[in-house]
Amino acid sequence: MHIMEGFLPSPWWEIWFIVSLPFIIVGLYQVNKLVQEKREALPLLAVAGAFVFVLSSLKLPSFNGSCSHPTGTGLGAILFGPFIAAVLGLIVLVFQAVFLAHGGITTLGANVFSMGIAGPAVAYLIYKAGTRVGANTYATIFAAAALADLTTYVVTSVQLALAFPGTTGFLGAFSAFAAIFAITQIPLAIVEGAVIALVFKYIVQLKPEILTRLNLLSESTITKLREAAA
Amino acid sequence: MKYGMEITVAALIVVFAAVFLLQDAAIRASGEEAWGGADGEAAALIEASGYEPWTEPFWTPPSGEVESLLFALQAAIGAVIIGYIFGYWQGSRRTA
Repeated sequence: MHIMEGFLPSPWWEIWFIVSLPFIIVGLYQVNKLVQEKREALPLLAVAGAFVFVLSSLKLPSFNGSCSHPTGTGLGAILFGPFIAAVLGLIVLVFQAVFLAHGGITTLGANVFSMGIAGPAVAYLIYKAGTRVGANTYATIFAAAALADLTTYVVTSVQLALAFPGTTGFLGAFSAFAAIFAITQIPLAIVEGAVIALVFKYIVQLKPEILTRLNLLSESTITKLREAAA
Repeated sequence: MKYGMEITVAALIVVFAAVFLLQDAAIRASGEEAWGGADGEAAALIEASGYEPWTEPFWTPPSGEVESLLFALQAAIGAVIIGYIFGYWQGSRRTA
């Protein structure tokens, strides 16, 4: 669930636009480079973008009586890095803001930062750290995608608490917003992490050569993963 | 285990649905209304402090039906792309 239209007063909505803009510019540059140098990875980019479309359209009931939707940005961040994931997040957020009145144009900068930048950055760092220490690939992906989802809504809570500290101050406001956004998100994040790990398994089975081409997994790891699933 | 991950995901979804059904029964028994969006709850919290949104969406879906149509369309677009590409990869592996 994104910050709704008009719910970020000036100067906060401008600030988040300025913060998000450089990430989008770098992301567009990287997409352009991918198109020119690694064309065979484009179908995978489409899958990563389509995944954000599907997951962020599903408003799911959580255990505490309210609904929210997963983000799906973890997959794109693991495969292509957080900058390209920011571009994918931007596309979905514009779609939802224009056609669904979900999120908003003035809050787009803040929503791109939480869903397209902060969440994917966490996913990317966890994936890199996990592969470096040689952790189980799917467990790493689960953790990366689940925490990307959760981070998105923790950051949304921070953004709202900064804009509306109210009478309780930043920390009081943060815990109030986090109780709404982040707590609702915990079970959704767990399911999202598991689903993205499963999708990654299918990519390993169907198109492992793209994963080595993107320097994500070594051939020996892929052989091991494929043998385990055979 | 060949389908270990599939079974894990299916089990998680069953637990997720079961938790929802139990909670829903408890909430209905207490007569409260629930299952609104988290963003709406946050908006209510902010508006309770006296803040009024300074701008509104320039277009909103005219009804819940139209809104669910557009959300379903969003999911369908994504699902078609994923299905097409995974199917294409699967097919090209078979014929390779």
